Amino acid sequence: MATSEARRSSRRRALLGRLAIPLLAIFTALIVASLAMVLSGTDPIKAYLALAEGAFGSQVARVETLIKATPFLLAGLAIALAFRGGLFNIGVEGQLFVGSAVTVFIGYSVELPAAIHIPLALLGGMIGGAVWAGIPGYLKARNGAHEVITTIMFNFIALRIISWAIGVGGPLRAPRTVVPETPAVFESARLPILIPDSRLHAGVIIAVIAAFVVYWLLWRTVTGFELRTVGANPNAARYAGINVEFNIVRTMALSGALAGLSGGIQVLGLAPYTFTTGFNVGLGFDSIAVAVLGSIHPFGVALAALLFGAMDAGARLMQLRTKVPIDVVTIVQGLILAFVAADQIIRRLYRIRTETEEGPVSLSQSWGGGS
Amino acid sequence: MDSVFFSGLFFLALVKATPIAFGAMAGLMSERSGVINIAIEGMMLTGAMMAFLGSVIFNDLTGGTLPKIYSLLAGLIVAMISAALVALLHAVFSIHYKVDQIISGTVINLLSVGVTNFVANAYIDPRGLAGVGVFPVINIPILSEIPLIGRIFFSHQPLVYLMLIMVAVLQYALFKTPWGLRTRAVGEHPRAADTVGINVNRRRYINVTLGGALAGIGGAFLVLESVGRFQKLMTTGRGFIALAALIFGKWTSVGALGSALLFGFAEALGVRLQLGDVNELQALALLAGIGIIVLAGAWAVLKLIRRGADQRRNRTIGILASAGLASIAAALLFDWPSVEIPIQFLGLMPYIATVLVLAGFVGRAIPPAAIGKPYEKA
Repeated sequence: MATSEARRSSRRRALLGRLAIPLLAIFTALIVASLAMVLSGTDPIKAYLALAEGAFGSQVARVETLIKATPFLLAGLAIALAFRGGLFNIGVEGQLFVGSAVTVFIGYSVELPAAIHIPLALLGGMIGGAVWAGIPGYLKARNGAHEVITTIMFNFIALRIISWAIGVGGPLRAPRTVVPETPAVFESARLPILIPDSRLHAGVIIAVIAAFVVYWLLWRTVTGFELRTVGANPNAARYAGINVEFNIVRTMALSGALAGLSGGIQVLGLAPYTFTTGFNVGLGFDSIAVAVLGSIHPFGVALAALLFGAMDAGARLMQLRTKVPIDVVTIVQGLILAFVAADQIIRRLYRIRTETEEGPVSLSQSWGGGS
Repeated sequence: MDSVFFSGLFFLALVKATPIAFGAMAGLMSERSGVINIAIEGMMLTGAMMAFLGSVIFNDLTGGTLPKIYSLLAGLIVAMISAALVALLHAVFSIHYKVDQIISGTVINLLSVGVTNFVANAYIDPRGLAGVGVFPVINIPILSEIPLIGRIFFSHQPLVYLMLIMVAVLQYALFKTPWGLRTRAVGEHPRAADTVGINVNRRRYINVTLGGALAGIGGAFLVLESVGRFQKLMTTGRGFIALAALIFGKWTSVGALGSALLFGFAEALGVRLQLGDVNELQALALLAGIGIIVLAGAWAVLKLIRRGADQRRNRTIGILASAGLASIAAALLFDWPSVEIPIQFLGLMPYIATVLVLAGFVGRAIPPAAIGKPYEKA
């Protein structure tokens, strides 16, 4: 009894220690960003209070926070999953684009009962994202082309192709519109609304389920075991008989599928149910911060996504009340990533001992070249 | 289709290539010493904004009594310093704190977007700050009188010349000077470099920071030689095209210039297409021809530098160059049927080219061996 009690308390202390760095990083980021506000002549406390009120102060605000957190969660999971497999998928941005485009195309081109239409459209988006991530995965596995560069390039390729597709005369362009956008998806493909007269759509639930599925996949299945083994040490994995090349492609494809789902849910869940340029721009990069802040663990990612969603949701009220430009949120998000990644800064600032139990997960490995 | 059109196209390509080449050189300095740089975009964006603010504020402080050129120069210097500081931040993260260099680059890019948008919304836009103007065109005496060549190469704004000079200087420095040898040693095998007494981390700090200054010039170009004022997110991915040019140019500055020119041509052709001066197929034939010639040219230059006397390669270069000329001649002489090809696809070229060389489908781009790994003294 006593030993189990002791073990539990030590485990609790370990969890607290793991939470300390992210929390202090968030705190420090808020302090540093407040300097920018002071320089522009606003009271940072007032601004942050407005931000919090805009995120949690009313039911509308809380719904907005959840809606904004949903794509962060899915995209953050995509990045975290790739990290676990030893891959840096910086191409979530492009995969999300491709996924959204496929989803919206299925959503407006065929009419089906909702029970088939919604899953089909989302599945299409996931496949789109999986293919868009799988190609760089294949090029890495077979030719050793580093996924960071290839996925960055694939981001731009996706952006260009899609801006052509929804541009004047493009195949996805809605007829008779001035702005570049696709037609709206049919009613049957739209995600059900959870609370009447609100914007809260069922995508939130899908995202939470996805977090559990990713957890289950990573730690309860053979696929997850192989994925993590390849991520931890490809040579050991190969020695143990794991097909490393196949795993690289599979991990990238799974990651891309989550990214595609993230985009697909956005077009099926939110009015005006179309896809336009400027849709979710930068989400793929912000989600890197979400994944790292969440210690690349599905449940950590969920908490981090909630925080980022809250900041995005509250930013508008903050701008309205205090005239602080909305961009301060981007600064805070960048700083959070900086402080979590460079945790030595935080440790020195707050005099936290460095634990030697678990080294940081190595995120990117050999840069191109031999594999 | 005449020489005016042709020289105009080349001229525009060189202008479009300039910020890309500066960005690529920034990446070159950093990556040759072993530090991955995906933050070129952020450094350029910061450089662009600071060039604008620097020139405008300097102009205000001096009350407009000094000639405009001083304000522009002040802007350029401020841009270089501030982008170098951003690069120093990248260096501190990746060298001192051993942060994953991709993460560090992402941080820089996120912060640059946040900070420049913040300053634009909080300071530049409310005040309606207007720019000071742009650098004047400098015609090089005598040389600019040469027909065709003079128009293409010798009647530009100063930063274009600076870019060409820097490419040559950097190529020489990297392969012919002790500095270059040490830089490459640090990027390829830091332990060996350390053993012979090179301070690995200090060299990386210096290279990343100086590279940042080059990226700053690239950003400043957009404000001080092109648009004349700062616009939010005005780099629009040029930092990533610079990264593409660096890789497609196989981590050499001459190669990066060649790639930047190729990408510049694609951009210039896109402009011409929209104006209706050429049709799509013609543009493709031109681009293919120019691409082949640029490749052959870069190859020849590299060979000259390395003095590898391989007759077979000479012949290959000759064949390539004539194939390129033939393609250009064909583009100019024939009446090409008009085919609808979406011009956005011309813009895909830099990205696809990069993926192809990385995957080894056309030549192989091999990065410095120690890139991305923090160095720890044994």
